[in-house]
Amino acid sequence: MIGQGISRTDGPIKVTGRAAYSAERQDAGPTLHGYILGAGIGRGRVARIDIAAAEAAPGVRLVWTHENAPEQGPAEGIEGDMMDRTRPELASDRINYYGMPIAFVVAESFEEARAAAGLIAVEYELEPGAFTLSGFGPDLNWRRPSQAGDIDQAMREGPVTLEETYSTPYHFSQPMELHACIADWRDGHLHLYLTAQMVNQLTTGLGKTLRLDPGAISIDSAYVGGGFGSKIVLHCEAVLASLATMALGQPVKLMLTRRQIFTLVGHRPASISRVRLAATPDGRLTALGHDALIQVRTDDAWDEGVSSVGKALYASPNRLTRQAHQALDVQPGEPVRGPGELPGLMVLESAMDELAEKLGMDPIELRLRNDTQIDPDKRLPLSGRRLADCLREGAEQFGWRDRPTRPASRRDGRWLVGYGVASSMRGHYQTSAEVLVRIEPDGFVIVRSDMTDIGTGTYTIVAQVVAEALGVPMSQIKVELAHTKHPKGNGAGGSWGAANTTVAADRAAAELRARIAVVAGTGYNDIFAEVRRHFPDGIEEIGKTLDNKDDPNYRTHAQYTYGASFAEVGVDIDTGEVRLRRMLGVFAAGRILNAKTARSQLIGGMIWGVSAALQEAGVLDPRHGHWVNGDFAEYLIPTHADIPAIDAIMLEDFDDKANHLGVKGIGELGAGGTGGSVANAVYNATGVRVRDFPITLAKLLPGLP
Amino acid sequence: MTATPRLPVTLSVNGETRTLTLDPRVTLLDALREHLLLTGTKKGCDQGQCGACTVLVNGRRINSCLSLAVMHEGDEISTIEGLGTPEALHPMQAAFIEHDGFQCGYCTPGQILSSLSVIEEIRAGVPSHVTGDLEAPIPLSDAEIRERMSGNLCRCAAYPNIMAAIRDYLGEGA
Amino acid sequence: MKPFSYERVASPGEAVEAAAARPGARFIAGGTNLLDLMKLGIEAPQHLIDVNRLGLDTIEPTAEGGLRIGALVRNADLAADRRVRRDYAVLARALVSGASGQLRNKATTAGNLMQRTRCPYFYNTDMPCNKRRPGSGCAAIGGLTHNLAVLGVSDACIATHPSDMCVALRALDATVETVGAGGRARSIPIAAFHRLPGDRPDIETALEPGELITAVTLPAPLGGVQLYRKVRERASYAFANLTVALVAEEGQIVRLAFGGLAAKPWRVEVAEGGDDADLAADLALAGATPTEDNAYKLPLARRTLKATLAQATEVRS
Repeated sequence: MIGQGISRTDGPIKVTGRAAYSAERQDAGPTLHGYILGAGIGRGRVARIDIAAAEAAPGVRLVWTHENAPEQGPAEGIEGDMMDRTRPELASDRINYYGMPIAFVVAESFEEARAAAGLIAVEYELEPGAFTLSGFGPDLNWRRPSQAGDIDQAMREGPVTLEETYSTPYHFSQPMELHACIADWRDGHLHLYLTAQMVNQLTTGLGKTLRLDPGAISIDSAYVGGGFGSKIVLHCEAVLASLATMALGQPVKLMLTRRQIFTLVGHRPASISRVRLAATPDGRLTALGHDALIQVRTDDAWDEGVSSVGKALYASPNRLTRQAHQALDVQPGEPVRGPGELPGLMVLESAMDELAEKLGMDPIELRLRNDTQIDPDKRLPLSGRRLADCLREGAEQFGWRDRPTRPASRRDGRWLVGYGVASSMRGHYQTSAEVLVRIEPDGFVIVRSDMTDIGTGTYTIVAQVVAEALGVPMSQIKVELAHTKHPKGNGAGGSWGAANTTVAADRAAAELRARIAVVAGTGYNDIFAEVRRHFPDGIEEIGKTLDNKDDPNYRTHAQYTYGASFAEVGVDIDTGEVRLRRMLGVFAAGRILNAKTARSQLIGGMIWGVSAALQEAGVLDPRHGHWVNGDFAEYLIPTHADIPAIDAIMLEDFDDKANHLGVKGIGELGAGGTGGSVANAVYNATGVRVRDFPITLAKLLPGLP
Repeated sequence: MTATPRLPVTLSVNGETRTLTLDPRVTLLDALREHLLLTGTKKGCDQGQCGACTVLVNGRRINSCLSLAVMHEGDEISTIEGLGTPEALHPMQAAFIEHDGFQCGYCTPGQILSSLSVIEEIRAGVPSHVTGDLEAPIPLSDAEIRERMSGNLCRCAAYPNIMAAIRDYLGEGA
Repeated sequence: MKPFSYERVASPGEAVEAAAARPGARFIAGGTNLLDLMKLGIEAPQHLIDVNRLGLDTIEPTAEGGLRIGALVRNADLAADRRVRRDYAVLARALVSGASGQLRNKATTAGNLMQRTRCPYFYNTDMPCNKRRPGSGCAAIGGLTHNLAVLGVSDACIATHPSDMCVALRALDATVETVGAGGRARSIPIAAFHRLPGDRPDIETALEPGELITAVTLPAPLGGVQLYRKVRERASYAFANLTVALVAEEGQIVRLAFGGLAAKPWRVEVAEGGDDADLAADLALAGATPTEDNAYKLPLARRTLKATLAQATEVRS
């Protein structure tokens, strides 16, 4: 059962439009509708705000600004866990970033709420803001350093060295389902139908903000229309809808607009990297340095780990990775798929390609030569380190031997054609999680967890694992997810959800089997018959996983997932337009729970890498601090026409250090180094190296013949 | 406080006559989702930039977010709810499940309605950006299908699997 | 979106009468641009006149051997028309390079002519914009101008026209037929239909208030090889960096117009009759005033024109 490419169990309701996502839930009955007015400046204060016309508009039930919004728990410093912090809204006249909520309208209809928000007159007191990531300044406060040997000396000794600066732009998750919440205050209990990747984690910060006991808050996220990191932390839609239902005693629905999601939900920070590499003529790295400057918010610090990928990807006796911050007046950064490694690997794997060129080496050979079985940072054995297998298998399957060895040497009509390769790597994390498995005497197994299925296939893989553990058909397993009333895990994020949830579920099932065996032996044929006989009220157990820090295997082995990406691109010789022609990813990510859904998720991740290399970039106006291209017409993500045949191969794998199922995560891994492989293919096609991502036609044109 | 004026409009939705009294600002999308509680039609951008709200009006696919409900007096609207049920799937819906043509499922109703329209549009000889000879019959090629499906964004990026589903459906002799 | 009243009209006469009776009224057909702008508060008509049921949705031959395209012919239907595909390929190709299948099913010929700019500062109501609020200033100047105009700009506005269809219509010398107050009919050559910004970027077309487009007329077919090349970062469903509409015969430029360079389709009549793409590019780009962000459009226009002319020659041979 485990590993089989079983179709999603939630497929039939999703393809028929019957799955109800947050704002579509009818549980609360008819709702009022909220609409947020965002600040029209990047930094300053609200000098005057006039809501009289809005209050008098048809259908309006409530208009709040900082002058009349309910008292909330005060904003907290950035020291604590980002998941537990308060998020007070409309708490003061301060404007910290463009689009920050300055008023909130609730009306009987969406149309009325939106129109009333447009009637609010605002005068601002503008303050100069910082909106440009300026580059490495003199007095940098370096963070997260990981060091070995003396990189400066190694760079001086060479003999082959590379020192280049790369930059990566702001990225946005932008899942297809808009951020939305229905809040329903009923009998002293707050029910939220929220689009979220984690549910129980949100009640602490929300409770403190609303001054409610977290136990008085329920969150239900049964179906989530994508997340990619953007639905992890608490956002304003949950806070404002909650405050409004508590004030009005009626359910309130709040959907952010697509444009608002560009300002009210965090982005992946922009970065500037300086990469230093040195190698012997036969391609052994003697220096690996990655300094990254990361944009943060003035009073918040989502530290996108751009430089961290260099800690353990390749062996080098001299190594230094570290990062510094520059604070700007934009909304706080947040996790976006492949945090750290998507931009970091795109940069480092571009630099490795440049080094291979300098050495006159095949870029795969360069990577193989610097492979390691010991984590250079943690100095621990690496479990399941199969980067070399991924590179070799991919080279074979992709036909790497046919690659143009000289840049700009292959033509297909007006297309310049090039191949590129890059490595992927992603830490395997584990958190404490609990899952309940219950066998009902009526012939069903119920699995309960607050884990979400954001497109990750959770409903399906959990059923597979429990079906195998108990020896019952999947059709007899009901998986109930994504509600705060269920046992707490750590939600979907960081690629830990699948391993956490299935391992805990499997342990619960094993406990159940053990309890049944005590009374029925092990030779029974029908588990439900035994349950009916010995446990007429049913039987249940909670299985648990340990957090990394409590797991002895984490002290003895460094755990990662690995991959290699191969891309073929065409670059229009006249216009510089880049189009992907084909792509292959090969991955070693532990045991695969479902070959079908895993392949889909890896391919999806790879496509994120393609658009990171070629299209995606949030553009911030340096004068006003607003996102210039904040919608789907201007912030380009791929369309069908951008994506040709892509395949992902998953190597047969089992990481016994990760957990007893041998399972690791794959949500981020696909995105990992894919951008680098595309960038390297563009170079191979054109001979033009663009170090300022994304690689757009305007940047290629000057170098084209 | 004055009341918002409302207008009557009668639509045929999935073959059923529905009469509503609506604020003229209500889009066809919101009429379906908020007034008829047909939430299978998705709001992904509300500005014609993603295709999640695709429905058929008198047999042609449009973005329901960029049309007012009152403009559709007497029109026949077809949504995902009218195509198949979980118990009796349309073959295209079954193909999407078999080939995992979605992950989160939010853009999926729009993708499925578009995929059926795309096939019809090709067969009807409507050219596309990738059509070579404008006067010859248009092939049901991968390039033609991809180009025509491009008005439906998928952030999970299930594109290759959606193509496989459409191919499979065509192979079944649609 | 501000409240508005709504009425459905049954004839062009009724439509212009209704418009004359209600200042601040707007015609709505496909609605694919207008409703987006209304949601954002960029457009705020007090009254909408639904012209979808006027007929005006046929394509008829003219006595001069051309075609008369009803104002309400949908973009998809226009592109699919057998005569358009055969005789006006540049128009068919321009149409299908724009928007998406869903939008082309809804968008009309007249609405496409009336499309407003995609300048990001026009779209952001927190920014000054002389198109949106005459006299408020232009936030695009000095801002991010990657996709803004390099030709025909003014101190008041540097927006581009986003339409693909109009570039082809400009190359084909189409005529816009209208009916105005009192039933007065007019024919406006496409060259005079779209305006450059000057000091009144809010006035984008030659239409008078309440004037209704009834048709677009194409002259007799030009023949030749007709190509439309759209350059964009994304393979589909994206606005252009720039476009080239070209009609060529035996390697000679018969008609040439660019999109994405100016506030209106940029026809280069002085280059027509020539066969040297470089010279044509020189003529097209004379007087260009690019910014640092959009200077790439100049070499891009040159290269794209050369490639398109070469392609036209190849197709011929």
